[in-house]
Amino acid sequence: MPETVRSIVLTINGAVATVAPGTTVAAAVAMAAAATRTSASGEPRGPLCGMGICFECRVTIDGVPHQRSCQILCAPGQRVTTAESGARGRR
Amino acid sequence: MSAAYDVVVAGAGIVGAACARTLAERGLKTALIDAGVVGGGATAAGMGHIVAMDDSPAQLALTSYSQRLWRELAPKLPDDVEFDACGTLWIASDDEEMAEVRRKRGVYASAGVASEILSAEMLAVEEPHLRPMAGALLVPGDAVLYPPCAAAWLTREAVRMGAKVLAPKRVTALGRERVKLEDGSELHAGRIVNACGADAAQLTPELPIRKRRGHLVITDRYPGFVRHQLVELGYLKSAHSVATDSVAFNVQPRRTGQLLIGSSREFGAEDATINHALLSAMVARTQAYLPEIGDLHAIRVWTGFRAATPDKLPLIGPWPEDESVFLATGHEGLGITTSLATAQLLASTILGEATEIDATPYFPARYAQTEGYTNGKASTADVPAAEKSHA
Repeated sequence: MPETVRSIVLTINGAVATVAPGTTVAAAVAMAAAATRTSASGEPRGPLCGMGICFECRVTIDGVPHQRSCQILCAPGQRVTTAESGARGRR
Repeated sequence: MSAAYDVVVAGAGIVGAACARTLAERGLKTALIDAGVVGGGATAAGMGHIVAMDDSPAQLALTSYSQRLWRELAPKLPDDVEFDACGTLWIASDDEEMAEVRRKRGVYASAGVASEILSAEMLAVEEPHLRPMAGALLVPGDAVLYPPCAAAWLTREAVRMGAKVLAPKRVTALGRERVKLEDGSELHAGRIVNACGADAAQLTPELPIRKRRGHLVITDRYPGFVRHQLVELGYLKSAHSVATDSVAFNVQPRRTGQLLIGSSREFGAEDATINHALLSAMVARTQAYLPEIGDLHAIRVWTGFRAATPDKLPLIGPWPEDESVFLATGHEGLGITTSLATAQLLASTILGEATEIDATPYFPARYAQTEGYTNGKASTADVPAAEKSHA
């Protein structure tokens, strides 16, 4: 009989987070009290629509940027990075 | 009673805005008119590359002069203009193109434009996402900016120096010292500047300007994916071929971390729709240089219209068919770069002053039918200086 998965362990901005199976990355980020992304003008942003349309919930997952966290379930060992500023400094 | 100005500039793209600023700065009572919003036409559709370009000696003289004017202006530009002195890398894909890199370096040096040859190894360090290339020519004085905000700032500067902006107001006719607007009003001006870009021929019908459509793609933010404006060395070949539709590799990093991907050129396509076959060819060309660009998200695609002349040089100066009409149009893909130099040449020509570079290669007289102006005989001496207003 397979062992029942009781919880999933991932990291959010380097900190360990433990969530129930079926939790979206957006929900895990919300529980970690983090903004998902930073706008071009530097504002913190969070999920709005929850259904993959608004693109406000984008985070970096395992090094791949701009992943819509409301459409992705948490997985063991996932590395989630939030609120990465896209802007370069003025040269 | 019609309003009276020394100069009315029709068209508030970056060229018209730059002209209005310089004319107002020289003390002329100036009005700037646009049918839409300031910088809302080709200025908003273009990439915003400040680039020294050597298709001809006259093109290199104008672009290198203007590149220098932008560098001098850069410390005054507000942050939203996003001026970024990232430089241009002209990418050589093989040894034959490396020979062209060396030739190009010599041509630039003769015009006082600094450049530096990068080996394959140096290029791979500078731009790790490029597939292996033969090398490149780095032009560190080139830059990138956000054109609509640059046009808006130039317009604010013009207003600060006394110019009046009329927008949105559509000009329906101009000439013989009069500018008619769609609302029925009329402006009187000793000098009228047609700076309406690809639409300039609607107001000055004989102009040899054709619309040359281009496509651009913008991606989401991927900071650091490329670090310089990247252009394939074969760019001029493709830009020069007027017979067929063409694409060339040209990718630009924005300060937001976004990438602008170009470029395409089409004649005879005068609506804003997307040509998907050409867009696909453009993206495939990009992938041939940046294989991983297919992993990035594109968020928008659009088109715009360059104002192309047969000899690839803009029309700057008096229009011989009407002594009150001056032109500042026909900049094709170089209007952002050459807007500041255009404004200087135009203002000096209107005022009958000496110009910093030879202005005659850009005189519209080369296309005029009027006797006495053909064969390059036009000179600033033929143009009566406008009277300065002390109003």
